[in-house]
Amino acid sequence: MAINKINKKKKRISFVILTILSIMWILPVVWVIGTSFKTEQEAVSSSINLIPQDFTLESYKYIFSDTNNNILHYIKNSIIISSTHTFLYLIVASLAAYAYGVMKWKHRDKVFWALLATMMIPTVMNLVPLYAIMIKLKWLDKMLALIIPGLGGVFGIFLLRQFFLGIPKDLVESAKMDGANHFYIYTKIVLPLSKSALVVVGLFSFVGNWNDYLWPLIVLNTDTNRTLPIGLALMQGNYNIYYSRLMAATVVSMLPVIAIFMVAQNSFIKGISMTGIKE
Amino acid sequence: MKRLKTNRSKSYLLFLAPHAIIFTIFFIIPFFYGVVISLYKWNMFFPDKRSFIGLANFTKILFNTDSIYHQYFFNGLKNTFIFVGLSVPLLIIVPLVFAMLINVEPKGYKVFRGIFYLPSLLSISTLVLIWKWVLNTNVGILNITLGELGIDAIPWLAAQPYAWFSLVLMTVWWTIGGNMVIFTASLKEIPESLYEAAEMDGANSWHKFKSITLPGMRNQLVYITIMTTLASFNVFGQPQLATGGGPSESTKVLMMYIREIAFGGSTPNPGIATAMAILLGIIMISISIFQSRMLKRLG
Repeated sequence: MAINKINKKKKRISFVILTILSIMWILPVVWVIGTSFKTEQEAVSSSINLIPQDFTLESYKYIFSDTNNNILHYIKNSIIISSTHTFLYLIVASLAAYAYGVMKWKHRDKVFWALLATMMIPTVMNLVPLYAIMIKLKWLDKMLALIIPGLGGVFGIFLLRQFFLGIPKDLVESAKMDGANHFYIYTKIVLPLSKSALVVVGLFSFVGNWNDYLWPLIVLNTDTNRTLPIGLALMQGNYNIYYSRLMAATVVSMLPVIAIFMVAQNSFIKGISMTGIKE
Repeated sequence: MKRLKTNRSKSYLLFLAPHAIIFTIFFIIPFFYGVVISLYKWNMFFPDKRSFIGLANFTKILFNTDSIYHQYFFNGLKNTFIFVGLSVPLLIIVPLVFAMLINVEPKGYKVFRGIFYLPSLLSISTLVLIWKWVLNTNVGILNITLGELGIDAIPWLAAQPYAWFSLVLMTVWWTIGGNMVIFTASLKEIPESLYEAAEMDGANSWHKFKSITLPGMRNQLVYITIMTTLASFNVFGQPQLATGGGPSESTKVLMMYIREIAFGGSTPNPGIATAMAILLGIIMISISIFQSRMLKRLG
């Protein structure tokens, strides 16, 4: 009874604190969205109107029709690159995770942990040599440079392997008894059972690739080849003084990611919860 | 029968091949290629014009006090260390506090968790644009609000110590989500009975935190400390886009110098840049090892 009362009080206090904190947390985003619907005059009027007095879509119309900026190119490139990368990574990583998690071979776990240990090597060390390799492959300024190298990522293999290890061994063994080969077991048994894990890995891979900044900044030169984060960073220069337009572009860049999060919030949370826990 | 068996025992190579090949070409080869580049006066686009100079890049960076690269490296390293020192403690403590509040599971805790997590999905350019607008000296919401309270406009990105404060603030806002979720998950694993038993013994909140909560999530703490430190060492986008490394190069971190020396300017020097990257990498790995030793001993 007493503990119950204390618990209720605790819940109420934490509710109040979290409400205040989350209002503070969301305020910058609300301020940006508000600005994007204001006239430029109101945007720079030094008033704290979160909601525009003169609601207008002018800034949005402008950024999509301005011939000096290639925002539609940026969006198209980002969508093509990130979805292709994600699709390929799911294939590559799940194949490897099948070998490390379901199949049995000599030194399997040793090889896997060695692979995992390479995650500790800072990527900055590979920056210049990777660029030199791009020159050799003639991939500079090409989408391939943003799609392929990241397929070597180890993190998705780790998550998928963790999941595959939890699949009942009997299922795999009895399929083998029936004469099924590994490719059959992989496509017809393991993958269908792992949909939720594939969604998690796919989401992380998509968002990670979508938001990548340093690497595309280095390998892309032509403006129409740029991805959204790079294009957006450049718009900062072009629309320097037009805050309402700049904020409209910012909102456009946030939308896809926020939409994905709304739909798949639980998958994100589940995925991250898995990463901190060692087997 | 025998043929079938050997067939099976080698088939794992087929499953490994796609990843193994890509990993070799774009990770293992660059790693060793980097060591080679660092030993040359390297020419990125005309590799024939390179010349082998041994460890000269490293000695120049580390010991030649007249060299501009020496100054760049140590200024960049100093600024990177300042950022790591300011950001890492906050990036562990703030999400831990948030996770403990959420762990009580008040009404709507999933919504709160979603709001705190959401910024970590934004790209660095979106992040910086949001904050440059909030922190705008003349018409930003923060300075307007402070103005109403009678405080003069503060140049959040153009003067120190505000510039560091702003960079750390936006980083905390941006990245605590992941750590918070990991902490929340690990708090759930700690059995409620431990706390009840401690309460019977009259333990206060601080005692319970120190002797039940912290040891209960030791693994996650080690993981988070190491990964957060590594991520902070890689800082690049926030200062590059928000302060441009200013005021007077006081927020110019090592990654910014490395990129500039390797790819920018009229006389790029990839050999020097790679040598700097290797030095930074060695520092990062040493710190990770040191941290994991220390934290394991504490536990």
